[in-house]
Amino acid sequence: MSHLLTVSPSPHTKSDEIIPKIMRSVIVALIPVMVLSAIFFGLHSLRIMLAAVLACVFFEYSIQKFILKVPPTVRDGSAVITGLLLAFNLPAGLPVGLIVLGSLVAIGIAKLSFGGLGQNPFNPALVGRVFLLISFPVQMTTWTANITAADSFTGATPLGLLKEGIKSGKSLATLAGDAQIPGYLDMFWGNMSGSLGEISAVAIILGGVYLLWKKIITWHIPAAVLGSIFIFEGILWLIAPDRFMDPVFHLITGGVMLGAFFMATDLTTSPMTPLGKIIFGVGIGVITMCIRNFGAYPEGISFAILIMNGFTPLINAKIKPKRFGGK
Amino acid sequence: MLKTFKLGGIHPQGEKLTAAMAIQPLQLPKEVVLPIAQHIGAPSTVVVKKGDLVKTGSVIALSSSPVSSNLHSPVSGKVVKIEESLDASGFKKKSVVIETEGDVWEDSISRDFPQTNFENLSSAAILEKIREAGIVGMGGASFPTHVKLEIPAGMKVDTLLINGVECEPFLTSDHRLMLEHGEEILKGTTLLMKVLNVEKAILGIEINKPDAILLLNKLAKNYPGIEVEALQIKYPQGSEKQLIQAMTGRLVAPGALPASVGVIVQNVGTAYAVYEAVAKNKPLIERVVTVTGKGLSNPGNFLVRIGTPISDLIKAAGGLPENTGKVIIGGPMMGKAIANLNIPVTKGMSGIVLLPVEAAARLNDVPCIRCARCVEGCPMNLEPYLLMALSEKGLWERAEAGHITDCMECGSCSYTCPSCRPVLDYIRSGKSQVGKIIQSRRNSASTDINTSIKPAIPE
Repeated sequence: MSHLLTVSPSPHTKSDEIIPKIMRSVIVALIPVMVLSAIFFGLHSLRIMLAAVLACVFFEYSIQKFILKVPPTVRDGSAVITGLLLAFNLPAGLPVGLIVLGSLVAIGIAKLSFGGLGQNPFNPALVGRVFLLISFPVQMTTWTANITAADSFTGATPLGLLKEGIKSGKSLATLAGDAQIPGYLDMFWGNMSGSLGEISAVAIILGGVYLLWKKIITWHIPAAVLGSIFIFEGILWLIAPDRFMDPVFHLITGGVMLGAFFMATDLTTSPMTPLGKIIFGVGIGVITMCIRNFGAYPEGISFAILIMNGFTPLINAKIKPKRFGGK
Repeated sequence: MLKTFKLGGIHPQGEKLTAAMAIQPLQLPKEVVLPIAQHIGAPSTVVVKKGDLVKTGSVIALSSSPVSSNLHSPVSGKVVKIEESLDASGFKKKSVVIETEGDVWEDSISRDFPQTNFENLSSAAILEKIREAGIVGMGGASFPTHVKLEIPAGMKVDTLLINGVECEPFLTSDHRLMLEHGEEILKGTTLLMKVLNVEKAILGIEINKPDAILLLNKLAKNYPGIEVEALQIKYPQGSEKQLIQAMTGRLVAPGALPASVGVIVQNVGTAYAVYEAVAKNKPLIERVVTVTGKGLSNPGNFLVRIGTPISDLIKAAGGLPENTGKVIIGGPMMGKAIANLNIPVTKGMSGIVLLPVEAAARLNDVPCIRCARCVEGCPMNLEPYLLMALSEKGLWERAEAGHITDCMECGSCSYTCPSCRPVLDYIRSGKSQVGKIIQSRRNSASTDINTSIKPAIPE
């Protein structure tokens, strides 16, 4: 033999599930959402996704290379995912300039200023989205009509209609009868107004099941988010059905599905232990429903996830796994 | 649903290349090197000197303390030197070197047939034979078996578990032993049951060895009290605490012995060695070693005398392939990589695994992404990512509070880490630091007691 033997401590074998492979699986899981969004929004959706992905990759590469002067890590695929998730949280008519700005905030501020992949306390795509929502509220809530809607409704989201309706004193019964709120089956498929990737519960659940099957996420966070929303809203609805929509409406509208399966489950910004994940998910569900029912915004899951991201270090510090055989 | 342990665990590729290869005896080595510390506990005391002639099975070193083990000559010949020699740990250890001349066995050993009436020996006599034969745990831990069989006062054992799990990738020595010496393993188990005075023994085998499960299930019908249990495939199921939980549902508390929950675990190889010692008076002088790796032309399971240089074994398996990057003693999960092939086979050596160059080096590590796979994979339910960070930063108190000393170094965390971080390397160093701190605290606590009983100095 012409070389020396390698000596290192055990283990001497390694799972091939390393970061680039995990990121590829996440991208695969996002395909159903991309397809459904392309079906419902047509070329708009491709324009937004392309702009966000290219901008995120560009900013990650150039900030790392020219400002931070560290080896760029775009090959790990995480910037592509941030770009896609940001795009999924944007309305289809958003100008490219704002998409680029949102990408800069997501990658530059929320991710790289904290040290890059694994170091960011808040979900980068959501930081980008919330930055845009607060800075450009009009553009961010101007919903392009869904191209499949033959009767071309105005484009307000079901949650927006609900909030406006309640503010103007309409009863839920009239609102529900209002033709502008699509039927539940339509909403389940995604035939409604909303951000690119949040409309189709079917596509999101398909991708989520893939993530669960590939063991990239565990069931704890999605179950806790969806379960707590169902129970919380269910209780309100049972007490006052004239003031609160039913829990199914809240599960399939807005960003709940996308948030529960793809945003809240972000590995870096969610807790480490199963119990911690459940607490985190319940927190998201409850905060979301408080914002939706009692807040000024029609939708609140982005805020809820970011708030619980902030609690993640505290949850990790306090919720410890029970040692084997321990009391 | 087959049983398995509850917390953590991983599923590495099985890679059992040699599962279908029958055990073949290796020819006698020209020389054997016998480290006197090849078991857990105190090194044995050498009772031969340079120039002595010994037979196969002669005692060459005696157990020196309560936790220690006898050592016998695996060949007949002449003691040529007693010197410091390299073993698998990478350190030089005091060893007896014997040059082989022929193969003359001690008269007391019945090589071919069991002695009559060995079944009727008293439990004390069986235990004594096990002690004399220098048997240690054959699964790799090498803890002296006679010590493990003495149940501490106040504990009551009701179940003997025989470990036929062999959860390490690549290794097949236990698998072949079960297939070829199933009857002897069951007889050994019966002897162990008698020593422990238990009515029940369960032999646990992972479902990746269906032939062994089938065979032993059939054979066990003639052995009252012995059952065979098929287990799910999951690493590290062969670990004592995990196996006890998988098979009995009982949880051994941190720092406690298996006997505290009424269980003793022995490896199938140990049960076989016990049979050989009791029925044939044969000390532990040989064992089955798997020599495997994808580049080897003739991988296999070899019956080899203790003290044989592993270079002999590799030669028998077809010689070291040119692209060998790593040679591992034991399995790839918990085995030791060695730099030098001139080390001897020891009692606890179950396999030699050769990895090619491309599998030898580690992948570059990147920062932790807090994916929690190490937490999900840890069979002791620790937080490896945190213990890694605490060890890296030297925060020993917090590492101790995080139960770093519970870690059994199974390597599931490093195996599963998508960032390819050396999680276990850090934890191992932290564990040793915390261990030292706990020890020094104990020492100073006992000095405190001593000072407190001194007469007080009047003010």
